Amino acid sequence: MRPRSAIWLALGWVGFALLPWFAGSGTQPALAPPSPGPAGSALIDGLTNGRWWLLPIALPLLLALAVTALPGLRARRPAVLLASGAFGLAWITVQGFAIGLDGWASGWLGALFGPLALGQGGFGAGAALTALSFLFLMTNGFAGLGFMKGDRFTAGAIGLVLAAIAAFVFLPVGYVLSGAGDTGSGGFSAAALGARLAAPDIWRLSCLTEAKSCGVVWNSVFLAVMTGIATTLLGLAFALVAVRTGFRAKKLLRVLTVLPIITPPFVISLAVILLFGRNGTVTLAMSDWFGLPASRWIYGLPGVLLTQTLAFTPISFLVMIGVVQGIGPSLEEAAQTLRASRWITFRTVTWPLMRPGVANAFLISFIESLADFGNPLILGGNFEVLSTKIYFAVVGAQNDPGRAAALGIILLCLCLGAFWVQRQWLGKKSYATVGGKGDNGIPSQLPRGIKIAAYATALPWAAFTFVLYGLILFGGFTENWGRNNSLTLRHYLAAFDLSWGPGGLIWSGRAWGSLFTTIEVAALSAPLTAAVGLLTAYLLVRQSFKGRGAFEFLTMLSFAIPGTVIGISYILAFNQPPIELTGTITILIICFVFRNMPVSIRAGVAAMSQIDRSLDECSLTLGAGSVQTIRRVILPLLRPAIVASLVYSFVRAITSISAVIFLVSPKYELATAYIVGRVEQGDFGLAIAYSSALIVLMSVVIALIQFAVGERRIGRRAATPVTLQEKPV
Amino acid sequence: MKSAANWIKSAGFGLGALAAGAVFAVTPAPAKAQGTLTVLCGVQEEWCKAIAVAFEKKSGIAVAMSRKSAGEALAQIRAEAANPKTDVWWGGPGDPHLQAAEEGLTLAYESPQYKELQPWAQSQYKQSQGRSIGIYAGALGFTYNTELLGKRKIQAPKCWADLLRPEFKDEIQVANPNASGTAYTALATLVQIFGEEKAFDYLKKLNENVNQYTKSGSAPAAAVARSETLVGIIFMHDGINQKINGFPVDVSAPCEGTGYEIGSVSIIKGSKNLDAAKAFYEFSLSPEGQATGAETKQFQMPSNRKAAVPPEAPNLEEIRLIDYNFQKYGTAEERKRLLSRWDAEIKSVAR
Repeated sequence: MRPRSAIWLALGWVGFALLPWFAGSGTQPALAPPSPGPAGSALIDGLTNGRWWLLPIALPLLLALAVTALPGLRARRPAVLLASGAFGLAWITVQGFAIGLDGWASGWLGALFGPLALGQGGFGAGAALTALSFLFLMTNGFAGLGFMKGDRFTAGAIGLVLAAIAAFVFLPVGYVLSGAGDTGSGGFSAAALGARLAAPDIWRLSCLTEAKSCGVVWNSVFLAVMTGIATTLLGLAFALVAVRTGFRAKKLLRVLTVLPIITPPFVISLAVILLFGRNGTVTLAMSDWFGLPASRWIYGLPGVLLTQTLAFTPISFLVMIGVVQGIGPSLEEAAQTLRASRWITFRTVTWPLMRPGVANAFLISFIESLADFGNPLILGGNFEVLSTKIYFAVVGAQNDPGRAAALGIILLCLCLGAFWVQRQWLGKKSYATVGGKGDNGIPSQLPRGIKIAAYATALPWAAFTFVLYGLILFGGFTENWGRNNSLTLRHYLAAFDLSWGPGGLIWSGRAWGSLFTTIEVAALSAPLTAAVGLLTAYLLVRQSFKGRGAFEFLTMLSFAIPGTVIGISYILAFNQPPIELTGTITILIICFVFRNMPVSIRAGVAAMSQIDRSLDECSLTLGAGSVQTIRRVILPLLRPAIVASLVYSFVRAITSISAVIFLVSPKYELATAYIVGRVEQGDFGLAIAYSSALIVLMSVVIALIQFAVGERRIGRRAATPVTLQEKPV
Repeated sequence: MKSAANWIKSAGFGLGALAAGAVFAVTPAPAKAQGTLTVLCGVQEEWCKAIAVAFEKKSGIAVAMSRKSAGEALAQIRAEAANPKTDVWWGGPGDPHLQAAEEGLTLAYESPQYKELQPWAQSQYKQSQGRSIGIYAGALGFTYNTELLGKRKIQAPKCWADLLRPEFKDEIQVANPNASGTAYTALATLVQIFGEEKAFDYLKKLNENVNQYTKSGSAPAAAVARSETLVGIIFMHDGINQKINGFPVDVSAPCEGTGYEIGSVSIIKGSKNLDAAKAFYEFSLSPEGQATGAETKQFQMPSNRKAAVPPEAPNLEEIRLIDYNFQKYGTAEERKRLLSRWDAEIKSVAR
């Protein structure tokens, strides 16, 4: 017996016999007889409290123990491990869903088996550990039978990712989407579903023929395509300027492009209104100087497009820069040696190699735009998009969750379509350029036209971002931004005051509570997100197995669904046993991990498809241990991807609002939820002061992450001009 | 290829252990301590905080308070129905409270302070079969930017009819009734004042002057404050709030009469802290509890007749309040019918 299966089996026994099976207060529902305290394990609880349905879990554990301990059964081991793992997992799941807080979860079960005297609470540490152990016993069994080329790690990792997605994406989303055919009285009808899917306000094209508004799908798609194109071009321009030109203030450029991503929602929209609104600074200046009449052009498509482009360009930049940095100059040098001009080199070599980056950047921006909620909410005017429509179908005056579900299905289909198009465009070509071969070149200069275009796109945008942020930071120090611009520290004091009391330091500012929770959640979820995301990316790029395309799509699912729908679905799914998480900090962390995982995956996939497999093999051939190979070869080459996913998930945990608005509880309030409350109240000063403080905090954290992970150095591409004159080896 | 996969295998255990660690990290902490009262709050955050603190001081019961808009609160209470985590839903327009009562999400409870309340607060109680009661009232009205009006020498709007004047072309904002309870109250008010056909004629003409149907009910008040539009149709206390914040705005009540909201409180059915929930309910009806509103510059009319009326509050006695039929216009069917009609006749022609 390999020790790993044995260790998992031992952990399974620990979870079953020693650890508390149920979580927190769920242990003792009103109907339960006195139990040996909240630490009751499944074994103790099943034997002494009459929760007999927990005892069959021992069966697969015993079976697995038998094949592990008895050498005579060695040949049957994989099949038995597979069967017992599958049975154990299935039993835990079935009993968890069948028996709720007060006995049978549905009436027909009671009718079938007779009434049940007790119920049970949500899964706790014991249940989680045992389920995990069954999962790995099962995947080890699979590998032992020869699936996945017999590779246990791949089998286990795929099993883990799939199980996690099933529990934290499928289950909740399934709860919401099953409502699409709801007839209002609890039944399901295909006709109701059809009517909702075909509603004219979703599909009508009347804006083309007459002066009416178009269907909400066309609005969303048009906006998403425009945002996708704009952000991809800007991200590309920034990446080219940062990597391929002698631009001096590269650091500053990077900071500027990353600023919008670390900005809490509503702040950009607010700043844009104060600049371009009908009473905005720019608008008034334009009307004074050029006599342009003040209008409300900013409300609607132009405003949303502008703010979304501001918000998503950095993500596109983060994806693009990894790819542009990774392009090996040897191919370009080869092209130039063959007398290709700079332009031809760019068009036939550099650009095709950048295609995975372009495609991934576009896909992310497209989906982000579809799912974006805050910007259309503030600046949308009469321009309606799917995400706001879904939100108001749930919380609006009509209160029609079925309609929200139908719109959610349409949104999902759009994302699926975009994903499919991306795959078609990328095709099955190889984009690996970071190989083990001599790679010592210096990247070629950009063709003149491209260079000018990149500068002309990136610099004005950077300047614009700079002005916007200057205004925001300044706004926090003004009495009443836009009306009374005299300077004050009032808002900062209200938010972050400290005072000395008899018991020592008192955090008397109003923002401290939510700030501490926010930092805790972000710091816990960022490394988890990066780990899960990069693991998944590794599976997608380095392993070939059946259904990989489907697997890839599943991982993107949680990203494509608007945050509000995720929020509602998490309450529906995780408010009652078997998985009871509402009101805890855990639900916030899980929500962020699964929501931000896709970006981490994309960054990992883009970076990893550039690294040739021969590198891993080479390191091993030269006698390096496996741990050394990961540490010194793979991870250093993945540094941009690691930075991207850590930064993104940390920042997103701080700035996102729509997914968590239903999940924050009085005990665990988050900064954004607090800020939005201030904005609603019209107290912009405190909102902006708080936001500025968050921006500064996140900048510091990003710098720390960058410092800790470090830069990737490939060949001499980051070389200084002095070493340029050395002879390439 | 084999060797490439080798290091990964060894890494397998490490990653598995990481996953196991993650399981422990995310295993839920024990649920909140017994006896903490969980309240969803539908008014402005300052008021939420103030009443929570006042109640804690008086009763010694710890309160966990979370601010949610009316729609969000209702959606959350619905989603939690099988295993409620909330004890009290306090504040926010009476309509969604009635809906919650209709769906059996809230608990009937009779308060000894019932007799001290204003008639409109009692009517909320009767219509919800005792599952909800009024704590404050706010009248629907107009808010306008005095600076811009002065600059353009336009008279402030005083009546619904004024809003149709040509000088207000493209200068009026009101929320979309499909999204906002405030705007639905406005729609139902117009139907009750003018009759349904005339009301929709009015709305069609008004559509010419509306530059935007906002998504949040109080958004027009903020837009007027920032001079983005001249006039907004809002609950008057939202306008007064902007005025207190230092913006050049004022409010008026329509001369033809106007509708109003009854801010309500309900106890959630299945509350695990029922005694504490009842204590909070009583406190929020008492003059002492209602005084927390004015202390935090919230100027709705309190429902207890003994409670002091803040001088800034729009005096409901001077406003021509219609006899708003919450019974009829609060039902799901009527609501759906009116909203569909609005969608078909007004929204589809909005630019």
